Amino acid sequence: MNSSSELSQKGSGWREWLLTDAPASRRQARLSSWYRSWLAFRSNPMAMFGLSILFALLLIAMFAPYLAPYDPFIQDLAARLSAPGTGGYILGSDSLGRDILSRLIYGSRITLYIVSLVALMAPIAGLFVGTAAGYLGGWVDVVLMRITDIFLAFPKLILALAFVSALGAGIENAVLAIVLTAWPPYARIARAETLTIRNADYIHAIKLQGAGALRIITRHIWPLCISSLVIRVTLDMAGIILTAAGLGFLGLGAQPPSPEWGAMISAGRKFILDHWWVATMPGLAIFIVSLAFNLLGDGLRDVLDPKKSK
Amino acid sequence: MSRDNKTGIELAQVNVWFGEGEERVDAVIDATFSVPHGGSFGLVGESGSGKSTILRAITGLAPTWSGNISVLGSMLGKERDKGFYHDVQMVFQDPYASLHPRQTVDHVLSEALYLHGFKNPDKRIVQILDDVGLEQSFRFRWPHQLSGGQRQRVAIARALIIEPSILLLDEPTSALDVSVQAEILNLLTRLRKERGLTYLMVSHDLAVVSHMCSEMAVMNQGEIVEMLDVEQLRGLKAKHPYTKELLDASVQKRRGKP
Amino acid sequence: MNNLLEVQNLTVKFPTRNGMFEAVRKISFSLGRERLGIVGESGSGKSMTGRAILRLIRRPGILEADHIKLEGEDLLQFSEKAMRQVRGHKISMIMQDPKFSLNPVMRIGEQICEAYRLHAKASKKEAKKKTLDMLEKVLIRDPERVYRAYPHEMSGGMGQRIMIAMMLIPDPKILIADEPTSALDVTVQKEVLEIMDDLVRERGMGLIFISHDLNVVSAFCDRVLIMYAGRVVEICQADRLHEAKHPYTIGLLNSIPQLEHPVEHLQVLQRDDAWSREPSVNGVVKREQAS
Ligand SMILES: Nc1ncnc2c1ncn2[C@@H]1O[C@H](COP(=O)(O)OP(=O)(O)OP(=O)(O)O)[C@@H](O)[C@H]1O
Ligand SMILES: Nc1ncnc2c1ncn2[C@@H]1O[C@H](COP(=O)(O)OP(=O)(O)OP(=O)(O)O)[C@@H](O)[C@H]1O
Ligand SMILES: [Mg+2]
Ligand SMILES: [Mg+2]
Repeated sequence: MNSSSELSQKGSGWREWLLTDAPASRRQARLSSWYRSWLAFRSNPMAMFGLSILFALLLIAMFAPYLAPYDPFIQDLAARLSAPGTGGYILGSDSLGRDILSRLIYGSRITLYIVSLVALMAPIAGLFVGTAAGYLGGWVDVVLMRITDIFLAFPKLILALAFVSALGAGIENAVLAIVLTAWPPYARIARAETLTIRNADYIHAIKLQGAGALRIITRHIWPLCISSLVIRVTLDMAGIILTAAGLGFLGLGAQPPSPEWGAMISAGRKFILDHWWVATMPGLAIFIVSLAFNLLGDGLRDVLDPKKSK
Repeated sequence: MSRDNKTGIELAQVNVWFGEGEERVDAVIDATFSVPHGGSFGLVGESGSGKSTILRAITGLAPTWSGNISVLGSMLGKERDKGFYHDVQMVFQDPYASLHPRQTVDHVLSEALYLHGFKNPDKRIVQILDDVGLEQSFRFRWPHQLSGGQRQRVAIARALIIEPSILLLDEPTSALDVSVQAEILNLLTRLRKERGLTYLMVSHDLAVVSHMCSEMAVMNQGEIVEMLDVEQLRGLKAKHPYTKELLDASVQKRRGKP
Repeated sequence: MNNLLEVQNLTVKFPTRNGMFEAVRKISFSLGRERLGIVGESGSGKSMTGRAILRLIRRPGILEADHIKLEGEDLLQFSEKAMRQVRGHKISMIMQDPKFSLNPVMRIGEQICEAYRLHAKASKKEAKKKTLDMLEKVLIRDPERVYRAYPHEMSGGMGQRIMIAMMLIPDPKILIADEPTSALDVTVQKEVLEIMDDLVRERGMGLIFISHDLNVVSAFCDRVLIMYAGRVVEICQADRLHEAKHPYTIGLLNSIPQLEHPVEHLQVLQRDDAWSREPSVNGVVKREQAS
């Protein structure tokens, strides 16, 4: 203890405060545990790489008007399908002469919008259903899990397609369709996790304090399920982006002229042989962002998964 | 609930079972005993003989039982209300399993206070940590930063902080080494004296039971086979063959190899 | 008789924010075909010693030793793959927390069968029969029911006996038992100890018995290492444990409640800083090659 405080230099006071073994307040205890997880996460270079890509994506989406060299909707039919690097189009232009780079930059907003909506709604729906089924058991469990099974039985994209065709095309409906197809696996994970903890003594103990089922589920079971869900969601993010892109590709997601990446690929596929960049550039963007989410998910698993870290 | 009644806990012809039909397990058969208010009663017996199950039936964790259980003079039904949990608290067998892995000591204790609507949580937490002999620096620690003995004290603090009058103790020291065991047993003795608590204590260690309790029931295969008081236990005056065997084995264990 | 296991200067340490924390410091001991007890208070490094022998110290923990020789071969030189062969086959360990080691959502019978079939390549039917035998051997009433039950349906002591049954399957050369009987009543405990005793006597197994129950260790083991703060402070013949000289051992012995001598207030151990500074006592016994 003494030697470490002698060694401490300027600016490391807050760090010591965060790393203390004997926190003095609720806030310090919480911040301290977050900081420790952050330290563990930071030591994983691949995960940090993924995180920085996503951070960059966020900045790009925020500052799109300042970053984009052109208006993404302005057409210049004279300069249609110009190759990357020519005519001032860094990543080339598409069949209507719109700058692909600018469209990708603006498209990142749509991608983030879809991703964050799905990432919020699907796991929360899954968490509700899964923990309720797992904790309450009995007929609640049977009913909820049968419903989950029905959803799981269909291939994701086809189910999403059916929903979108019923609801009508558009981003919001695409998001809704993806959420409806994405929650069942989360419900299963949450239920499996709940089954392993619902008979634990610490849950019995809180029951003996007189807590009701709702409080036990939300305050005591959720915190234990959330980490595995967060990991799963980040790993699934790539799939979600691809599903959104797939819907866009089929013309059921974002509608032209919206610069959604999947829709852009779809529009470019007609020119894939002669003008490869039109479809490839958005494909590359999807690939990079999916990869970033995957790396992030792997890193989070190392930090959050209690089976590995403990 | 009225507290002027002289009995703390009373069980009459209590049966507890799990499962139905073919799968049915009769864990407790026809258990009858009573613990006076302010008394201390021990349950000893074979592993798997239903000791923990009796405690679970009292607290409502084992839903399928028949017979009469009354606590502080009022008969228990299928459901337990908050008032019941205010009077009766339990300390579990395994300190490694009874604390939520993602909650600090402070969180565990303030949740208990919140659920029972206590005012002044800060003051009470400081006080209870003092009572169970934990330094204040432990208040914001996570379970994985505590040793087995410290965890068990937190579990005892959680049970005591809402000021129950009856404490059910399921092998409170079996996972602990003798030096910590001595500290915890002293703590429990002191608290009982100070607060006039009623204890129902399960243990497989006859020496621990004889130290803590004035009366005990011996269980074997779900049935209470004999009731002893502490003098009979110390004098090794058992009648039932199983109790005799139990006493013999304990004494042998102390005296070294047969 | 040869030494089955020889451990020289074993150290286990964990890097922490406040420097290295040494959970086990330079301890040496040997194990023949005998029952070696390890006792000591909570946190004294008993479990870490057991885990270190199997090289099961998780990162960031660091394991150091001059050697850990299993029948003359240094385990520290083994590859991870070779170690996997050693674990379970030559050395098995009963972990301290039975419920943590069992899968909470899998039937007990299936778990034992799986372990057995992994080891013996037996048919399903054989495995089931063997499993039921095992459960019966550790005095579980109604093994058929337990076979179909889930871990949370077991009492504390039944969980412990299930772990013991599982560890006896592979017929190991050395068994490390970490608090295997802490939840058992004396009568069942006696039987379980007898099973282990048979293994030592008849199959020539070596047993490391980690426990905090000084009475059991003294009655059951041959030799006892007493640990404090990661060091071995004293070694005795088990039946002479009550004549121990170290103030720590005496303190532990005095804090046990006694059936025949009731006291109002149990004695509590008063610790002395000097105990953790003393060097470890060497527990290696040189044994001649049997001729
Ligand atoms: N949820 C359950 N479902 C089915 N059987 C159960 C359940 N809980 C306990 N049992 C059975 O009831 C019997 C008594 O168990 P209990 O836990 O009361 O034993 P115990 O006396 O506390 O033993 P120990 O000293 O080993 O803890 C055991 O046979 C056990 O298998
Ligand atoms: N990952 C870790 N990081 C830091 N210290 C650790 C870690 N794991 C264990 N320790 C410490 O190592 C010491 C020895 O632990 P060990 O589990 O061997 O104790 P033990 O003698 O088995 O105690 P018990 O009787 O309670 O089981 C303890 O003080 C513990 O806090
Ligand atoms: Mg029990
Ligand atoms: Mg241990």
